[in-house]
Amino acid sequence: MTVPEQLRYTAEHEWVAIDGRTASVGITEHAADALGDVVYVSPPTPGTKVTAGEPCGEIESTKSVSDLYSPVDGEVTDVNADIEDDPGQVNSDPYGAGWLFKVRLDDEPPSDLLTAEQYAELISAEG
Amino acid sequence: MTQSEPAGQPRRSPLLPVHERLGATLTEFAGWQMPLRYDSEIAEHRAVRTAAGMFDLSHMGEIAVTGADAGAALDYALVGQPSALVPGRARYTMICAADGGVLDDLIVYRLSDAEFLVVANAANTAVVSRELSGRAGGFDAGVTDRTADYALIAVQGPNAAAILAPVTDIDLAGVKYYASHDAVVCGRPVLLARTGYTGEDGFEMFCRPEDAEPLWDGLTAAGAEQGLVPAGLAARDTLRLEAGMPLYGNELGPDVTPFDAGLGRVVKLDKPGDFVGRAALAQRAGQPPRRVLAGLTVRGRRIPRHGYPVLWDGQARGAVTSGAPSPTLGLPIAMAYLDSDVGELAEAQAGADAGDTRLSIDIRGRGEPADLVTLPFYSRRR
Repeated sequence: MTVPEQLRYTAEHEWVAIDGRTASVGITEHAADALGDVVYVSPPTPGTKVTAGEPCGEIESTKSVSDLYSPVDGEVTDVNADIEDDPGQVNSDPYGAGWLFKVRLDDEPPSDLLTAEQYAELISAEG
Repeated sequence: MTQSEPAGQPRRSPLLPVHERLGATLTEFAGWQMPLRYDSEIAEHRAVRTAAGMFDLSHMGEIAVTGADAGAALDYALVGQPSALVPGRARYTMICAADGGVLDDLIVYRLSDAEFLVVANAANTAVVSRELSGRAGGFDAGVTDRTADYALIAVQGPNAAAILAPVTDIDLAGVKYYASHDAVVCGRPVLLARTGYTGEDGFEMFCRPEDAEPLWDGLTAAGAEQGLVPAGLAARDTLRLEAGMPLYGNELGPDVTPFDAGLGRVVKLDKPGDFVGRAALAQRAGQPPRRVLAGLTVRGRRIPRHGYPVLWDGQARGAVTSGAPSPTLGLPIAMAYLDSDVGELAEAQAGADAGDTRLSIDIRGRGEPADLVTLPFYSRRR
Protein backbone atom coordinates (compact mmCIF):
# COMPACT_ATOMS: atom_id res chain seq x y z
CA MET A 1 0.00 0.00 0.00
CA THR A 2 1.55 3.32 -1.09
CA VAL A 3 1.61 6.26 1.35
CA PRO A 4 3.76 8.98 -0.26
CA GLU A 5 6.13 10.66 2.20
CA GLN A 6 5.60 14.26 1.00
CA LEU A 7 1.81 14.30 1.52
CA ARG A 8 -0.33 14.96 4.59
CA TYR A 9 -3.36 12.86 5.50
CA THR A 10 -6.63 12.77 7.43
CA ALA A 11 -8.25 9.99 9.43
CA GLU A 12 -11.04 10.12 6.81
CA HIS A 13 -8.48 8.87 4.25
CA GLU A 14 -7.96 12.05 2.25
CA TRP A 15 -4.50 13.17 1.21
CA VAL A 16 -3.40 16.82 0.91
CA ALA A 17 -0.51 18.31 -1.06
CA ILE A 18 0.27 21.81 0.19
CA ASP A 19 1.97 24.15 -2.26
CA GLY A 20 2.14 27.68 -0.87
CA ARG A 21 -1.48 28.78 -0.36
CA THR A 22 -2.93 25.97 -2.48
CA ALA A 23 -3.95 22.53 -1.20
CA SER A 24 -4.66 19.70 -3.64
CA VAL A 25 -6.91 16.98 -2.25
CA GLY A 26 -7.61 13.37 -3.15
CA ILE A 27 -8.35 10.04 -1.48
CA THR A 28 -5.65 7.58 -0.49
CA GLU A 29 -4.84 4.33 -2.22
CA HIS A 30 -6.05 2.55 0.92
CA ALA A 31 -9.44 4.29 0.62
CA ALA A 32 -9.69 3.66 -3.12
CA ASP A 33 -8.95 -0.04 -2.60
CA ALA A 34 -11.55 -0.29 0.14
CA LEU A 35 -14.21 1.38 -2.03
CA GLY A 36 -13.62 -0.74 -5.11
CA ASP A 37 -14.22 0.76 -8.54
CA VAL A 38 -15.09 4.43 -8.20
CA VAL A 39 -17.91 5.23 -10.62
CA TYR A 40 -18.84 8.81 -9.78
CA VAL A 41 -17.38 11.69 -7.80
CA SER A 42 -19.38 14.73 -6.83
CA PRO A 43 -16.70 17.21 -5.69
CA PRO A 44 -17.47 20.64 -4.24
CA THR A 45 -17.94 23.24 -6.99
CA PRO A 46 -15.37 26.03 -7.45
CA GLY A 47 -16.18 29.01 -5.26
CA THR A 48 -17.51 26.82 -2.43
CA LYS A 49 -16.18 27.56 1.05
CA VAL A 50 -15.04 24.34 2.71
CA THR A 51 -14.25 23.65 6.35
CA ALA A 52 -11.74 21.14 7.66
CA GLY A 53 -13.45 17.97 8.82
CA GLU A 54 -16.79 18.80 7.19
CA PRO A 55 -18.36 16.81 4.33
CA CYS A 56 -18.06 18.65 1.00
CA GLY A 57 -18.95 16.07 -1.62
CA GLU A 58 -19.62 12.41 -2.38
CA ILE A 59 -17.74 9.53 -3.87
CA GLU A 60 -19.64 6.54 -5.25
CA SER A 61 -18.37 3.06 -5.99
CA THR A 62 -20.19 -0.03 -7.21
CA LYS A 63 -21.04 -1.08 -3.69
CA SER A 64 -21.20 2.09 -1.60
CA VAL A 65 -21.34 5.86 -1.31
CA SER A 66 -19.11 7.87 1.00
CA ASP A 67 -18.80 11.49 1.99
CA LEU A 68 -15.77 13.46 0.89
CA TYR A 69 -14.32 15.56 3.71
CA SER A 70 -12.29 18.69 3.26
CA PRO A 71 -8.97 18.40 5.09
CA VAL A 72 -8.53 22.21 5.16
CA ASP A 73 -10.37 25.52 5.48
CA GLY A 74 -10.62 27.65 2.35
CA GLU A 75 -12.28 28.19 -1.00
CA VAL A 76 -12.43 25.62 -3.76
CA THR A 77 -10.60 26.94 -6.82
CA ASP A 78 -10.52 23.96 -9.14
CA VAL A 79 -11.92 20.46 -9.60
CA ASN A 80 -10.48 17.64 -11.67
CA ALA A 81 -12.77 17.59 -14.70
CA ASP A 82 -11.14 14.42 -16.08
CA ILE A 83 -12.60 12.46 -13.16
CA GLU A 84 -16.08 13.14 -14.47
CA ASP A 85 -15.32 11.18 -17.67
CA ASP A 86 -13.00 8.63 -16.11
CA PRO A 87 -13.60 8.17 -12.37
CA GLY A 88 -11.49 4.99 -12.55
CA GLN A 89 -8.42 7.24 -12.31
CA VAL A 90 -9.17 7.51 -8.60
CA ASN A 91 -8.37 3.78 -8.40
CA SER A 92 -5.55 3.62 -10.94
CA ASP A 93 -3.64 6.75 -9.88
CA PRO A 94 -5.05 8.06 -6.58
CA TYR A 95 -2.11 10.39 -5.83
CA GLY A 96 -1.72 11.69 -9.40
CA ALA A 97 -4.33 11.83 -12.16
CA GLY A 98 -6.97 10.88 -9.56
CA TRP A 99 -6.75 14.15 -7.59
CA LEU A 100 -10.20 15.57 -6.81
CA PHE A 101 -10.15 19.30 -5.98
CA LYS A 102 -7.95 22.28 -5.02
CA VAL A 103 -8.50 24.73 -2.18
CA ARG A 104 -7.04 28.22 -1.65
CA LEU A 105 -6.17 28.15 2.04
CA ASP A 106 -7.67 30.75 4.36
CA ASP A 107 -4.81 30.34 6.77
CA GLU A 108 -2.10 27.92 7.74
CA PRO A 109 -3.11 24.28 7.15
CA PRO A 110 -4.56 22.54 10.23
CA SER A 111 -1.85 21.35 12.58
CA ASP A 112 -3.56 18.00 13.15
CA LEU A 113 -3.03 16.67 9.61
CA LEU A 114 -1.26 13.32 9.75
CA THR A 115 2.22 12.64 8.45
CA ALA A 116 2.76 9.70 6.10
CA GLU A 117 4.17 7.71 9.00
CA GLN A 118 1.16 8.47 11.21
CA TYR A 119 -1.30 7.61 8.42
CA ALA A 120 0.50 4.35 7.66
CA GLU A 121 0.18 3.44 11.34
CA LEU A 122 -3.52 4.32 11.30
CA ILE A 123 -4.34 2.06 8.35
CA SER A 124 -2.27 -0.82 9.66
CA ALA A 125 -4.12 -0.53 12.98
CA GLU A 126 -7.44 -0.64 11.06
CA GLY A 127 -6.26 -3.83 9.38
CA MET B 1 -28.41 -32.29 10.56
CA THR B 2 -26.92 -28.81 10.34
CA GLN B 3 -29.49 -27.01 12.43
CA SER B 4 -27.10 -24.44 13.81
CA GLU B 5 -27.15 -20.81 12.60
CA PRO B 6 -23.84 -19.29 11.58
CA ALA B 7 -22.17 -17.77 14.62
CA GLY B 8 -18.71 -16.72 15.65
CA GLN B 9 -16.06 -17.44 13.06
CA PRO B 10 -17.16 -17.21 9.42
CA ARG B 11 -17.29 -20.46 7.49
CA ARG B 12 -14.43 -21.01 5.09
CA SER B 13 -14.75 -22.02 1.48
CA PRO B 14 -12.29 -24.78 0.57
CA LEU B 15 -11.05 -22.27 -2.03
CA LEU B 16 -10.16 -19.59 0.54
CA PRO B 17 -6.40 -20.25 0.19
CA VAL B 18 -6.78 -19.72 -3.57
CA HIS B 19 -8.52 -16.39 -3.06
CA GLU B 20 -5.84 -15.29 -0.62
CA ARG B 21 -3.14 -16.31 -3.08
CA LEU B 22 -4.90 -14.24 -5.78
CA GLY B 23 -5.04 -11.18 -3.49
CA ALA B 24 -8.83 -11.06 -3.37
CA THR B 25 -10.67 -8.52 -1.25
CA LEU B 26 -12.67 -10.76 1.05
CA THR B 27 -16.04 -10.04 2.58
CA GLU B 28 -18.25 -11.78 5.06
CA PHE B 29 -21.38 -12.87 3.23
CA ALA B 30 -24.14 -14.85 4.95
CA GLY B 31 -21.66 -16.13 7.52
CA TRP B 32 -19.04 -17.10 4.94
CA GLN B 33 -15.70 -15.51 4.16
CA MET B 34 -15.94 -15.02 0.37
CA PRO B 35 -14.18 -13.03 -2.36
CA LEU B 36 -15.84 -9.68 -3.09
CA ARG B 37 -13.46 -8.85 -5.95
CA TYR B 38 -10.00 -9.82 -7.08
CA ASP B 39 -9.09 -6.51 -8.70
CA SER B 40 -11.66 -4.37 -10.52
CA GLU B 41 -15.24 -5.64 -10.21
CA ILE B 42 -16.16 -3.73 -13.37
CA ALA B 43 -13.41 -5.52 -15.32
CA GLU B 44 -14.64 -8.84 -13.88
CA HIS B 45 -18.20 -8.01 -14.93
CA ARG B 46 -17.08 -7.15 -18.47
CA ALA B 47 -15.02 -10.33 -18.70
CA VAL B 48 -18.14 -12.40 -17.98
CA ARG B 49 -20.12 -10.51 -20.65
CA THR B 50 -17.41 -10.78 -23.32
CA ALA B 51 -15.28 -13.83 -22.44
CA ALA B 52 -15.68 -15.73 -19.16
CA GLY B 53 -15.43 -15.45 -15.41
CA MET B 54 -14.96 -18.08 -12.71
CA PHE B 55 -16.78 -17.82 -9.39
CA ASP B 56 -16.45 -19.63 -6.08
CA LEU B 57 -20.02 -20.29 -4.94
CA SER B 58 -19.19 -22.76 -2.19
CA HIS B 59 -21.32 -20.76 0.25
CA MET B 60 -24.48 -21.87 -1.55
CA GLY B 61 -26.45 -24.50 0.33
CA GLU B 62 -26.84 -28.04 -1.03
CA ILE B 63 -29.65 -30.08 0.50
CA ALA B 64 -30.17 -33.67 -0.59
CA VAL B 65 -33.73 -35.02 -0.65
CA THR B 66 -33.78 -38.76 -1.22
CA GLY B 67 -36.19 -41.67 -0.99
CA ALA B 68 -39.08 -43.29 -2.80
CA ASP B 69 -41.35 -40.31 -2.02
CA ALA B 70 -38.72 -37.57 -2.50
CA GLY B 71 -40.55 -36.09 -5.49
CA ALA B 72 -43.90 -36.09 -3.71
CA ALA B 73 -42.33 -34.54 -0.60
CA LEU B 74 -40.86 -31.70 -2.68
CA ASP B 75 -44.18 -31.19 -4.50
CA TYR B 76 -45.73 -30.63 -1.06
CA ALA B 77 -42.86 -28.51 0.29
CA LEU B 78 -42.27 -26.22 -2.72
CA VAL B 79 -44.47 -24.17 -5.06
CA GLY B 80 -43.22 -26.07 -8.13
CA GLN B 81 -43.58 -29.68 -9.19
CA PRO B 82 -40.16 -31.34 -8.96
CA SER B 83 -41.75 -34.81 -9.33
CA ALA B 84 -42.42 -33.89 -12.97
CA LEU B 85 -38.72 -33.35 -13.69
CA VAL B 86 -36.94 -36.12 -15.54
CA PRO B 87 -33.59 -37.18 -14.04
CA GLY B 88 -30.86 -34.85 -15.30
CA ARG B 89 -33.10 -31.79 -15.46
CA ALA B 90 -33.39 -28.83 -13.08
CA ARG B 91 -35.93 -26.12 -12.30
CA TYR B 92 -35.96 -22.69 -10.69
CA THR B 93 -38.55 -22.70 -7.88
CA MET B 94 -39.37 -21.29 -4.45
CA ILE B 95 -40.22 -22.41 -0.95
CA CYS B 96 -43.01 -20.35 0.61
CA ALA B 97 -44.53 -19.99 4.06
CA ALA B 98 -48.18 -20.88 4.65
CA ASP B 99 -49.07 -17.20 4.07
CA GLY B 100 -47.44 -17.28 0.61
CA GLY B 101 -44.34 -15.28 1.61
CA VAL B 102 -41.09 -16.42 0.00
CA LEU B 103 -38.68 -18.25 2.32
CA ASP B 104 -36.10 -18.76 -0.43
CA ASP B 105 -35.67 -19.16 -4.14
CA LEU B 106 -34.08 -22.43 -5.16
CA ILE B 107 -32.81 -24.54 -7.97
CA VAL B 108 -33.91 -28.15 -7.73
CA TYR B 109 -31.88 -30.73 -9.65
CA ARG B 110 -33.32 -34.19 -10.16
CA LEU B 111 -30.31 -36.48 -10.11
CA SER B 112 -32.16 -39.82 -10.33
CA ASP B 113 -35.65 -41.18 -9.68
CA ALA B 114 -35.25 -41.03 -5.91
CA GLU B 115 -32.58 -38.33 -5.53
CA PHE B 116 -32.90 -34.55 -5.69
CA LEU B 117 -30.42 -31.78 -4.91
CA VAL B 118 -31.94 -28.52 -3.66
CA VAL B 119 -29.62 -25.50 -3.94
CA ALA B 120 -30.47 -22.71 -1.51
CA ASN B 121 -29.07 -19.27 -0.77
CA ALA B 122 -26.34 -19.33 1.87
CA ALA B 123 -28.28 -17.11 4.26
CA ASN B 124 -31.32 -19.39 4.06
CA THR B 125 -29.78 -22.85 3.98
CA ALA B 126 -30.52 -23.63 7.63
CA VAL B 127 -34.14 -22.43 7.31
CA VAL B 128 -34.72 -24.32 4.06
CA SER B 129 -33.18 -27.48 5.46
CA ARG B 130 -35.33 -27.26 8.59
CA GLU B 131 -38.51 -26.54 6.61
CA LEU B 132 -37.86 -29.35 4.15
CA SER B 133 -37.25 -31.79 7.01
CA GLY B 134 -40.50 -30.77 8.69
CA ARG B 135 -42.54 -30.82 5.50
CA ALA B 136 -41.14 -34.21 4.46
CA GLY B 137 -42.33 -35.71 7.74
CA GLY B 138 -45.21 -37.74 6.33
CA PHE B 139 -43.28 -39.00 3.30
CA ASP B 140 -40.75 -41.74 2.66
CA ALA B 141 -38.03 -39.15 2.09
CA GLY B 142 -34.87 -38.07 3.89
CA VAL B 143 -33.53 -34.51 3.99
CA THR B 144 -29.81 -33.90 4.56
CA ASP B 145 -27.91 -30.61 4.54
CA ARG B 146 -24.84 -31.53 2.53
CA THR B 147 -23.40 -28.03 2.11
CA ALA B 148 -20.13 -29.05 3.76
CA ASP B 149 -19.75 -31.97 1.33
CA TYR B 150 -19.65 -29.75 -1.77
CA ALA B 151 -17.64 -26.95 -3.22
CA LEU B 152 -19.28 -25.10 -6.11
CA ILE B 153 -17.41 -23.46 -8.96
CA ALA B 154 -19.15 -21.59 -11.78
CA VAL B 155 -17.68 -20.71 -15.18
CA GLN B 156 -19.91 -18.15 -16.86
CA GLY B 157 -19.69 -16.26 -20.11
CA PRO B 158 -19.79 -16.72 -23.89
CA ASN B 159 -16.49 -18.65 -23.82
CA ALA B 160 -17.55 -21.00 -21.00
CA ALA B 161 -18.33 -23.98 -23.24
CA ALA B 162 -15.12 -23.54 -25.25
CA ILE B 163 -13.09 -23.48 -22.05
CA LEU B 164 -14.70 -26.61 -20.59
CA ALA B 165 -14.95 -28.72 -23.74
CA PRO B 166 -11.26 -29.76 -23.89
CA VAL B 167 -11.09 -30.63 -20.16
CA THR B 168 -14.26 -32.69 -19.72
CA ASP B 169 -15.22 -36.20 -20.77
CA ILE B 170 -18.78 -35.35 -21.83
CA ASP B 171 -20.23 -33.64 -24.91
CA LEU B 172 -21.40 -30.25 -23.64
CA ALA B 173 -23.81 -29.90 -26.55
CA GLY B 174 -25.79 -32.64 -24.81
CA VAL B 175 -26.10 -30.57 -21.62
CA LYS B 176 -29.00 -28.21 -22.24
CA TYR B 177 -29.84 -25.10 -20.23
CA TYR B 178 -31.09 -26.23 -16.78
CA ALA B 179 -29.75 -29.75 -17.27
CA SER B 180 -27.11 -31.53 -15.21
CA HIS B 181 -24.80 -34.45 -15.83
CA ASP B 182 -22.17 -36.44 -13.96
CA ALA B 183 -18.85 -35.56 -15.56
CA VAL B 184 -15.11 -35.49 -15.09
CA VAL B 185 -13.59 -32.02 -15.40
CA CYS B 186 -9.81 -31.56 -15.18
CA GLY B 187 -9.65 -35.12 -13.88
CA ARG B 188 -12.06 -34.50 -11.00
CA PRO B 189 -15.57 -35.94 -10.67
CA VAL B 190 -18.26 -33.25 -10.67
CA LEU B 191 -21.95 -32.73 -11.09
CA LEU B 192 -21.94 -30.40 -14.09
CA ALA B 193 -24.99 -28.20 -14.58
CA ARG B 194 -25.77 -25.63 -17.25
CA THR B 195 -27.12 -23.06 -14.83
CA GLY B 196 -26.02 -19.65 -13.60
CA TYR B 197 -26.89 -16.25 -12.26
CA THR B 198 -25.24 -13.89 -14.73
CA GLY B 199 -27.46 -13.80 -17.83
CA GLU B 200 -24.76 -15.62 -19.82
CA ASP B 201 -24.26 -19.18 -20.95
CA GLY B 202 -22.30 -21.04 -18.32
CA PHE B 203 -21.81 -24.01 -16.08
CA GLU B 204 -21.86 -24.76 -12.39
CA MET B 205 -19.73 -27.60 -11.06
CA PHE B 206 -20.45 -29.27 -7.73
CA CYS B 207 -17.38 -31.11 -6.51
CA ARG B 208 -15.83 -32.59 -3.39
CA PRO B 209 -14.15 -29.93 -1.23
CA GLU B 210 -10.75 -31.59 -1.64
CA ASP B 211 -11.10 -31.41 -5.43
CA ALA B 212 -11.99 -27.70 -5.49
CA GLU B 213 -8.48 -26.27 -5.61
CA PRO B 214 -7.12 -28.59 -8.33
CA LEU B 215 -10.32 -28.05 -10.32
CA TRP B 216 -9.99 -24.24 -9.98
CA ASP B 217 -6.34 -24.38 -11.03
CA GLY B 218 -7.11 -26.70 -13.96
CA LEU B 219 -9.89 -24.43 -15.18
CA THR B 220 -7.66 -21.36 -14.77
CA ALA B 221 -5.10 -23.00 -17.07
CA ALA B 222 -7.79 -24.16 -19.51
CA GLY B 223 -9.24 -20.65 -19.69
CA ALA B 224 -6.01 -18.70 -19.95
CA GLU B 225 -6.26 -18.28 -23.72
CA GLN B 226 -10.02 -17.65 -23.56
CA GLY B 227 -9.98 -14.58 -21.32
CA LEU B 228 -11.16 -16.41 -18.19
CA VAL B 229 -10.70 -14.32 -15.02
CA PRO B 230 -11.65 -14.99 -11.41
CA ALA B 231 -14.75 -12.96 -10.51
CA GLY B 232 -16.12 -12.05 -7.09
CA LEU B 233 -19.49 -11.46 -5.48
CA ALA B 234 -19.52 -7.76 -6.46
CA ALA B 235 -19.49 -8.65 -10.16
CA ARG B 236 -21.98 -11.45 -9.57
CA ASP B 237 -24.42 -8.92 -8.11
CA THR B 238 -24.19 -6.42 -10.99
CA LEU B 239 -24.41 -9.28 -13.53
CA ARG B 240 -27.59 -10.71 -12.02
CA LEU B 241 -29.10 -7.23 -11.67
CA GLU B 242 -28.52 -6.44 -15.36
CA ALA B 243 -30.09 -9.81 -16.16
CA GLY B 244 -33.17 -8.84 -14.08
CA MET B 245 -32.74 -11.78 -11.72
CA PRO B 246 -34.09 -11.36 -8.18
CA LEU B 247 -31.88 -11.61 -5.10
CA TYR B 248 -33.29 -12.96 -1.86
CA GLY B 249 -33.23 -10.20 0.76
CA ASN B 250 -33.66 -7.54 -1.93
CA GLU B 251 -36.46 -8.45 -4.37
CA LEU B 252 -37.59 -11.53 -2.43
CA GLY B 253 -38.43 -12.02 1.24
CA PRO B 254 -41.05 -13.33 3.64
CA ASP B 255 -43.27 -10.27 2.99
CA VAL B 256 -43.19 -10.85 -0.79
CA THR B 257 -45.14 -13.48 -2.72
CA PRO B 258 -43.86 -14.91 -6.00
CA PHE B 259 -46.63 -12.94 -7.73
CA ASP B 260 -45.36 -9.62 -6.33
CA ALA B 261 -41.96 -10.37 -7.84
CA GLY B 262 -43.50 -11.05 -11.25
CA LEU B 263 -42.63 -14.74 -10.82
CA GLY B 264 -46.13 -16.16 -10.42
CA ARG B 265 -45.28 -18.64 -13.18
CA VAL B 266 -43.23 -20.68 -10.68
CA VAL B 267 -46.37 -21.36 -8.61
CA LYS B 268 -47.96 -24.52 -10.00
CA LEU B 269 -51.50 -24.17 -8.72
CA ASP B 270 -52.63 -26.89 -11.16
CA LYS B 271 -50.37 -29.58 -9.69
CA PRO B 272 -52.14 -32.42 -7.87
CA GLY B 273 -52.28 -32.44 -4.10
CA ASP B 274 -51.83 -29.80 -1.46
CA PHE B 275 -48.66 -27.80 -0.91
CA VAL B 276 -47.53 -25.35 1.75
CA GLY B 277 -48.88 -21.93 0.85
CA ARG B 278 -51.44 -23.17 -1.69
CA ALA B 279 -54.51 -21.49 -0.19
CA ALA B 280 -52.84 -18.11 0.25
CA LEU B 281 -51.20 -18.21 -3.18
CA ALA B 282 -54.40 -19.31 -4.94
CA GLN B 283 -56.18 -16.33 -3.43
CA ARG B 284 -53.31 -14.05 -4.35
CA ALA B 285 -53.25 -15.35 -7.95
CA GLY B 286 -56.81 -14.18 -8.49
CA GLN B 287 -56.25 -10.63 -7.25
CA PRO B 288 -54.83 -7.66 -9.11
CA PRO B 289 -51.27 -7.05 -7.85
CA ARG B 290 -50.79 -4.43 -5.14
CA ARG B 291 -47.30 -3.66 -6.34
CA VAL B 292 -45.11 -4.50 -9.29
CA LEU B 293 -41.42 -5.13 -9.64
CA ALA B 294 -40.08 -2.61 -12.14
CA GLY B 295 -36.80 -1.81 -13.86
CA LEU B 296 -35.60 1.78 -13.68
CA THR B 297 -32.74 3.69 -15.28
CA VAL B 298 -31.49 6.97 -13.83
CA ARG B 299 -30.77 9.95 -16.08
CA GLY B 300 -28.04 11.33 -13.82
CA ARG B 301 -24.99 9.57 -12.49
CA ARG B 302 -25.73 9.10 -8.80
CA ILE B 303 -26.46 5.50 -7.88
CA PRO B 304 -29.82 4.36 -6.48
CA ARG B 305 -29.35 1.91 -3.62
CA HIS B 306 -31.46 -0.57 -1.66
CA GLY B 307 -34.27 1.14 0.25
CA TYR B 308 -34.23 4.52 -1.51
CA PRO B 309 -37.77 5.87 -2.13
CA VAL B 310 -39.14 5.97 -5.68
CA LEU B 311 -41.23 9.07 -6.31
CA TRP B 312 -44.11 9.75 -8.70
CA ASP B 313 -44.75 13.47 -9.01
CA GLY B 314 -42.58 13.88 -5.94
CA GLN B 315 -44.61 11.49 -3.76
CA ALA B 316 -43.04 8.27 -2.44
CA ARG B 317 -44.83 5.43 -4.27
CA GLY B 318 -42.24 2.69 -4.15
CA ALA B 319 -38.76 1.68 -3.05
CA VAL B 320 -35.55 0.51 -4.66
CA THR B 321 -34.73 -3.13 -3.98
CA SER B 322 -31.37 -3.26 -5.82
CA GLY B 323 -29.36 -0.57 -7.56
CA ALA B 324 -25.95 -0.32 -9.15
CA PRO B 325 -23.96 1.35 -11.88
CA SER B 326 -24.49 -0.88 -14.93
CA PRO B 327 -21.16 -1.59 -16.63
CA THR B 328 -22.95 -2.76 -19.80
CA LEU B 329 -25.40 0.14 -20.11
CA GLY B 330 -23.05 2.76 -18.68
CA LEU B 331 -25.70 4.26 -16.43
CA PRO B 332 -27.25 3.64 -13.02
CA ILE B 333 -29.96 0.96 -12.95
CA ALA B 334 -32.35 -0.26 -10.28
CA MET B 335 -35.10 -2.71 -9.58
CA ALA B 336 -37.89 -1.33 -7.41
CA TYR B 337 -41.33 -2.20 -6.13
CA LEU B 338 -43.88 0.37 -7.27
CA ASP B 339 -47.53 0.70 -6.28
CA SER B 340 -49.30 -1.01 -9.16
CA ASP B 341 -51.21 2.10 -10.28
CA VAL B 342 -47.91 3.98 -10.51
CA GLY B 343 -46.46 1.05 -12.43
CA GLU B 344 -49.25 1.42 -14.99
CA LEU B 345 -48.87 5.19 -15.22
CA ALA B 346 -45.11 4.87 -15.60
CA GLU B 347 -45.56 2.28 -18.32
CA ALA B 348 -47.89 4.59 -20.21
CA GLN B 349 -45.36 7.38 -19.84
CA ALA B 350 -42.55 5.15 -21.07
CA GLY B 351 -44.66 4.28 -24.10
CA ALA B 352 -45.11 7.96 -24.92
CA ASP B 353 -42.21 10.17 -25.99
CA ALA B 354 -39.20 10.42 -23.72
CA GLY B 355 -39.25 13.97 -22.48
CA ASP B 356 -39.99 14.96 -18.92
CA THR B 357 -40.45 12.14 -16.51
CA ARG B 358 -42.75 12.11 -13.48
CA LEU B 359 -40.68 9.29 -12.01
CA SER B 360 -37.65 9.95 -9.84
CA ILE B 361 -35.57 8.28 -7.15
CA ASP B 362 -34.85 10.06 -3.89
CA ILE B 363 -31.08 9.72 -3.71
CA ARG B 364 -30.15 11.05 -0.27
CA GLY B 365 -32.62 13.92 -0.34
CA ARG B 366 -32.46 14.86 -4.01
CA GLY B 367 -34.90 13.52 -6.60
CA GLU B 368 -33.00 12.14 -9.58
CA PRO B 369 -35.15 11.76 -12.73
CA ALA B 370 -35.64 8.12 -13.73
CA ASP B 371 -37.29 6.12 -16.50
CA LEU B 372 -39.19 2.84 -16.43
CA VAL B 373 -37.66 0.16 -18.65
CA THR B 374 -38.69 -3.40 -19.43
CA LEU B 375 -36.76 -6.05 -17.50
CA PRO B 376 -34.21 -7.43 -18.01
CA PHE B 377 -31.78 -4.57 -18.57
CA TYR B 378 -29.57 -6.94 -20.52
CA SER B 379 -30.20 -10.16 -22.43
CA ARG B 380 -27.53 -11.97 -24.36
CA ARG B 381 -27.77 -12.60 -28.07
CA ARG B 382 -28.53 -16.26 -28.65
